[in-house]
Amino acid sequence: MTYHVLSLLVEDKPGLLTRVAGLFARRGFNIRSLAVGTTEVEGLSRITVVVEVEGLPLEQITKQLNKLINVLKIVELDPASSVQREHMLIKVRVDNATRSQILEATNLFRARVVDVATDSLVIEVTGDTAKVEALLRVLEPYGIKEIAQSGLLAIGRGSKSISERVLKN
Amino acid sequence: MSSESTPAPTPGAPGASSPSDPPVLTGSGAILASLEKLGVTDVFGLPGGAIMPFYDELMASTAIRHILVRHEQGAGHAAEGYAAASGRLGVCIATSGPGATNLVTAIADAHMDSVPLLAITGQVFSTSMGTDAFQEVDITGITMPITKHSFLVTKPEDIPGVLAAAVHIATSGRPGPVLVDVTKDAQQKSAPFIWPPKVELPGYRPVTKAHGKQIQAAAQLLVEARKPVLYVGGGVIRSGAHRELLAFAEATGAPVVTTLMARGAFPDSHRQNLGMPGMHGTVPAVLSLQESDLLVAIGSRFDDRVTGKVSEFAPHAKVIHIDIDPAEIGKIRHADVPIVGDAREVLLDLLPAFQAAAKEQAPDYADWWKRLETLRSQYPLGYTDDPDDGLLAPQWVIEKIGELSGPEAVYAAGVGQHQMWAAQFIKYERPGSWLNSGGAGTMGYAVPAAMGAKVAQPERLVWAIDGDGCFQMTNQELATCTINDIPIKVAVINNSSLGMVRQWQTLFYDGRHSFTDLETGSKSADEQTRMVPDFVKMADAYGALGIRVTKPEEVEPAIKLAMETNDRPVVIDFIVSRDAMVWPMVPQGVGNSSVQYARDHAPDWHEE
Repeated sequence: MTYHVLSLLVEDKPGLLTRVAGLFARRGFNIRSLAVGTTEVEGLSRITVVVEVEGLPLEQITKQLNKLINVLKIVELDPASSVQREHMLIKVRVDNATRSQILEATNLFRARVVDVATDSLVIEVTGDTAKVEALLRVLEPYGIKEIAQSGLLAIGRGSKSISERVLKN
Repeated sequence: MSSESTPAPTPGAPGASSPSDPPVLTGSGAILASLEKLGVTDVFGLPGGAIMPFYDELMASTAIRHILVRHEQGAGHAAEGYAAASGRLGVCIATSGPGATNLVTAIADAHMDSVPLLAITGQVFSTSMGTDAFQEVDITGITMPITKHSFLVTKPEDIPGVLAAAVHIATSGRPGPVLVDVTKDAQQKSAPFIWPPKVELPGYRPVTKAHGKQIQAAAQLLVEARKPVLYVGGGVIRSGAHRELLAFAEATGAPVVTTLMARGAFPDSHRQNLGMPGMHGTVPAVLSLQESDLLVAIGSRFDDRVTGKVSEFAPHAKVIHIDIDPAEIGKIRHADVPIVGDAREVLLDLLPAFQAAAKEQAPDYADWWKRLETLRSQYPLGYTDDPDDGLLAPQWVIEKIGELSGPEAVYAAGVGQHQMWAAQFIKYERPGSWLNSGGAGTMGYAVPAAMGAKVAQPERLVWAIDGDGCFQMTNQELATCTINDIPIKVAVINNSSLGMVRQWQTLFYDGRHSFTDLETGSKSADEQTRMVPDFVKMADAYGALGIRVTKPEEVEPAIKLAMETNDRPVVIDFIVSRDAMVWPMVPQGVGNSSVQYARDHAPDWHEE
C-alpha cells in the first residue's frame, strides 16, 4: 500500500469536513491522517490528508474531491519537494533507573520534555513520520502510557504557495 | 412582477430601479422573488410546519404555479420529469423532517441521471437545530452524498445569493440536484432584497471547451479506425447536443448506439443507429461495442449495465471519452483520448477536425458496416406475440402505444421489464421524449415524472408506461393530476408481478418465485388473481378514466380512447402475460459477448 499526501485548499464553510470525509468513506478510500487548519487567507482552510491508494484511484480521488463545490485546489505533495511534519505527545513511564536514559533519547531525537511527574514524562516530538516512529520504538520498552498525535502537515518547498493561483483568478 | 405581500413597504418590484434602496423582504418573500427572478414558473410541493412562511408568500404569486402533490417523492419525480422533458430546471418543495426525507429518493435519482433539480426544504428554527426538535432532520447532511451541493440558510439576507448559486450549480456543467434548506426563522425575518446577488463560487468552474490537441488526437483516431462506434449517453441530451451529434455522425458515417439514458438523442429511424447497448440492448449494439476498435463515448459513463464485466468489455477498442465531468473519464475504463468538455461544444469542434483529418486519410468503415448489417438482419429485436398463457404480449402493447402516439409524445417509464420494453419497442426520434430512472432504478418514477412532463409541455401527449409494481408506489399523484387538470395517460403493463425480479428468479433461481406475485392481474387467460387493487376502480376513485384491456382487439381502441380523453387522466390496465421476458439479455457478471438473443440462444459472432 502506498501513501499519498494531498493538500486541499478549501472554503471555510460549515460541513466542509463532513463533505470531504464522507467522500472518502463512500468511495472506499482510506484516510491515514487528517489535519485541518486556517490559512494565510481569511475564509480559506487547508486540509492535509494522507491517503492509502495505488496510482489510478488517486486520480479518481482528486477528481471527486475537485467536484466538491467548496474545494478550491488540490495538490499532491511528494516527500522530495515538500516539508512534511507530524507532531506527537508521548506519555512514557519512568522511574529513577530509566529517567536519564529516556532523557538522553529525547535529546538525541531533538524532542522535548513538556511535563514531568515522579513516575512519568510527557515528551513532545516533531518530525517526519519516520522520525516520530523511530522515537516511539526507542521509548516502547520503557512503557508508553498514552499518545496524542497530530495529522501530517505538509508544505511545498520553494517560494510558490498553494493559494497563489487560486486567488489570482 | 409579483404581488407578494410583505410586512415592509416594497416600492416597486424587488431589485428594480433604485439599487441604493433595495426593498426589504421577509426571507420567504426573498425565496419567492428569487425564484421569479431566476425564471422559475412551476414548482411541485407539499407544505408543512417549517415551510409555512414560504407557502404563505407562495399563495399570492401569479408568476409561479405551485402544484400540490400527495407525497413529496411525487414532487421530486415530477420536478425531474419536468426538467428531463423540457431541459429546464425542476423545482420541488417540502417541509422539514419527513417532508425532506421523502424527497431523498428523487434527489438521489436526479443525482444519478444528472437532472437539474432544485429542492427547497424548510428547517426548524435555527435556535432549535441540534436539539432533536419536532420534525428536525439534518437534510443537508443526509443529502450530501446525493446532491451536487447542499446549502443550509439561517439568515434572510443570504437567501438570494444562495438560490442564485444553487440554480447555477444545478443547471451548469454536469447538471444535478441542489438542496437548499431554509430555517423557519430565516423565512420569517426580513432583510433588504438585493438582486442580482453576488454569487461567488471560486471552487466551481466547469470546463466546457475542450483542448484543441485532444480534438486533433480524437479526429486522427477516428480516421484510422476500422470499426468505430459512437457510444452515446444521456450527456448528449442534457447538453442539447442532438443536432451536433447528428451532423457529426453523418459526417463520419460511424455506427451509433444510444444508451438507456440517451434514447432519443439520435433518431431511431436513422440507419446508423444500432439501438441500445447493454444488458438488454440489441445484439448489433452490444456486439458492435464488443468488436469495435474505437469507442467514441459521448456523455456516457461506462455504467455496469452497459459494460457487463468490465474486463471483457470492448476488449480491442481504444477509447475517446468526451464528458463534462472529468471524474467520469478513466473512472471505469481508461481513455486513450480524454476530452473534458460540454458534448455540444466538443462535437462542434470535432466535426471540422474530423473533416480535415479525413481529407488526408479517408476512413473506411465499409467492412465494418457489412458485419453490422449482418448482425442487424440476423438479430432484430423481437418477441413472442402469442404467449402460451393466452394473455397479451406486453411488448406488443407497448409497441402499439408507441406506434399510435408517435415520436412527438413523451414516454415516462417506471423501472423493470416494462421499462426495458418501452426502451426497446417505442421508436424515439427526439431528445426529451423518453424519460426514465436509469441510474438509480427508482420504481415509482413514471406517474409523477409524466405529470411533471405534462406540466412542462402541456401541448404534448404524455404517457406513463408503468408496471403494476411501480404504479402502486406513486399512483397517489393521480389525484394531483385530476385536480390540477394534468391529463396524463398511464399504461399499466400489468403482469401481476414484480416482473423483472420474477424473470431473474425464473432464469437464475430455479424458477423459485419468491415474493414477486402481486396479485393484480391474471395467471392465465382463464385464471385471474384476486386483482388487489383493482386498477380500474382505483382510476375511477381518483377521478380518472379507467379502462381494462385483456384481449388483443381491445388494445388499439383503448389507446385511442386514452389519446382522445383530455378532461382527466386515463389509466389503462393492460392484463399481460407474466411469463414474458426481456430479451436479449446479458446475464449479470459476465462479459457482453455472452449476450443471449433469447433464452439459451446466443448469437454467432466472431470471437477473436
